[in-house]
Amino acid sequence: MDARKKKRKVLLMGKSGSGKSSMRSIIFSNYVAKDVRRLGATIDVEHSHVKFMGNLTLNLWDCGGQDAFMETYLASQRGNIFSDVAVLIYVFDIESREVDRDMDTYNAIIDALREFSPNAYVFCLVHKMDLIQGEHRQRIYEERSALIRSRSEGFRVDTFGSSIWDQSLYKAWAGIVHKLIPNLTVIERFLSAFAKKIDAEEVILFERSTFLTVTSVSSDIGDLNPIFDRHERLSNIMKAFKHCAARNTSTTPASAGFVVMHTKTPQFNIFLGRFTDNTYIFLVVPPGEAAYNCAVLNTMLAREGFSKAAASGRTDGFPLPPPETPDDHATNGSA
Amino acid sequence: MREPFRPNMPWPAVERSWLIESDVEQPIVGDRQSSLFKSEAQLSLEQHLQGNHQVGTSAHARSSLVPDTQPRDAKPRLLLMGLRRSGKSSIASVVFHKMPPNETLFLESTTRIQKDSIHSFMDFQVWDFPGQLEYLEPSFDLEDIFGSLGALVWVIDAQDDYLDSVARLNRTILTVQQYYPGINVEVFIHKVDGLSDEYRQDTFQDIVQRISDELSDAGYENAPVHYYLTSIYDYSVFEAFSKVIQKLIPNLSTLENLITTLSNNCGFEKTYLFDVLSKIYIASDTRPVDMACYEMCSDYIDVIVDISELYSWDHPLRKAKGEQVQEAESHVILHDETMIHLMEMNKYLCLVSVIRNPEAKEKKGLIDMNCRTFQDALNEVFSRSWEQEQEEQAARDHGGP
Repeated sequence: MDARKKKRKVLLMGKSGSGKSSMRSIIFSNYVAKDVRRLGATIDVEHSHVKFMGNLTLNLWDCGGQDAFMETYLASQRGNIFSDVAVLIYVFDIESREVDRDMDTYNAIIDALREFSPNAYVFCLVHKMDLIQGEHRQRIYEERSALIRSRSEGFRVDTFGSSIWDQSLYKAWAGIVHKLIPNLTVIERFLSAFAKKIDAEEVILFERSTFLTVTSVSSDIGDLNPIFDRHERLSNIMKAFKHCAARNTSTTPASAGFVVMHTKTPQFNIFLGRFTDNTYIFLVVPPGEAAYNCAVLNTMLAREGFSKAAASGRTDGFPLPPPETPDDHATNGSA
Repeated sequence: MREPFRPNMPWPAVERSWLIESDVEQPIVGDRQSSLFKSEAQLSLEQHLQGNHQVGTSAHARSSLVPDTQPRDAKPRLLLMGLRRSGKSSIASVVFHKMPPNETLFLESTTRIQKDSIHSFMDFQVWDFPGQLEYLEPSFDLEDIFGSLGALVWVIDAQDDYLDSVARLNRTILTVQQYYPGINVEVFIHKVDGLSDEYRQDTFQDIVQRISDELSDAGYENAPVHYYLTSIYDYSVFEAFSKVIQKLIPNLSTLENLITTLSNNCGFEKTYLFDVLSKIYIASDTRPVDMACYEMCSDYIDVIVDISELYSWDHPLRKAKGEQVQEAESHVILHDETMIHLMEMNKYLCLVSVIRNPEAKEKKGLIDMNCRTFQDALNEVFSRSWEQEQEEQAARDHGGP
């Protein structure tokens, strides 16, 4: 059988104008939030291949949401669209006035999905949350997500509230890709052993081009940090700076980036550097010049072990491979 | 001579409460820095105040807390003036309160004088005037408004008909100039983001021409008026404010020399001394200003401040694992090998440099050491002049009564 056929895909669906293409452009094509005004309506399906973490290629189908298209997806295109789906990302517009109709469409999509790919993951994003007043946001979001869950029988659905104007978009997408990375358990085991060795408060792994959080470990002390959305905020901060650097060194945002960043303050030390080809590592360690330098050196050494660990899971097992690789790499880390 | 200061103030309540607040919360450090910067007008004002002071303190019954020599209102003052809806409050909010530019649309129009005290490396006040206020009428006391003036910032909406604004500005300059000849007038030709490049230049030329012609017709040649093209949607307004503030710093040339020496010796491409809170730069080396460098430096401060916010939480279990220099230091190397180096100088200031010279980058240790040396020099510049000021003041007080 054709290998291309076997690669499963990510469907991005939702009503017309709900913001599907906007968020795709921000996350994967280095747009900034105000650039998305330039985008027009998506006609039919836009296919794109997004390389993520090197060996993971997302085959992203951005499906135009106008009613006419929706009907063809559900009728003549049904088999083509809904077979071999790994992930369905369905976007709801929080401002929509026809909630019932939206839900009916969603239900029809879910039915089709159950028919052709019953094992797919389903993520629902309740989008444009910035348009709701701050004090009502949580309540309205919870009502809406309860409604969504009640209409998606047969699937376990993850819902996120999101907005392109703040870090919530990064939180939602980090949650999605987190589920898609093949050898995540290996990576996580490695990272937590490593973090313990270098006495880090927190270690975060970011994907290189999107700056989404791949995974993170924090120590008992690091867990006490009162700011819970810090990972998304970091994605947001670093991506904004990347845009600034690109603008001022006359390159495209895609090729701009950081080689290394060191920050020392009286409360914490931070190291950000390239780890594997596709990831940045972000270390937070307690103050102390010597301990910090040690941690940085160890990170350099651990690079090697880590790329081995990441490569060992190279199967086409998508989304999740068997988690059985031994964690002997972990000890190489801090030689 | 006492008369002009107290009476006919249209905003007594605000002023009073502000005085109390400033006296209580002002730490000694703040004082010594604010007392650094005095124009002639301030010194004369200070004398008024000292004359007036007895009354004030006994009324508040706290004379033992406050030394008698302390000037109460010696902060340089930036006046934001211009016609209504020209963008004065937006500028103040964006520069001094970190408001995102697109939110300024929702600002209400200003109906009374808004006074902001800015506590930073130097304390100063920003007074935001309502456009419709007729401050040249005799019921307003000029000494009150222009008495401790640092700079008069006049905002002109470049997208609107500016003839009225120009006429009013000229009237103001001519009136004020009689009493305070040393006054700095800074004209912000504002909202230029909406204009095309050519039209922008034409407007600029036209406004400059009109103002200087009218002033010289009235017999005021070579007026100290400076012009800036500004917009809150880019860095130009910060740049312009930087220039304005720099004129209020008495040691500017010393600072600039120090920075130039440092950056020559370390092979820096461009170096700025930033005020962290407002992201105004108070001095830079004497090389030409490069907007790209400025933007990157300014954004890098944002990155560090934002990250610090995420990880500077306090907890008894968080302990240091060794010794480390007290001031924050950070550097980043970008994809094209450019290095941005940031070092905290004191509570308010940080030094940010762009380094492109490949040899310089290898000598990171040396750079750090040189920056520390610069830090010592910087602190010396600030403290030394303060001591002199104190001595002078002590001598004056001795001779005075």
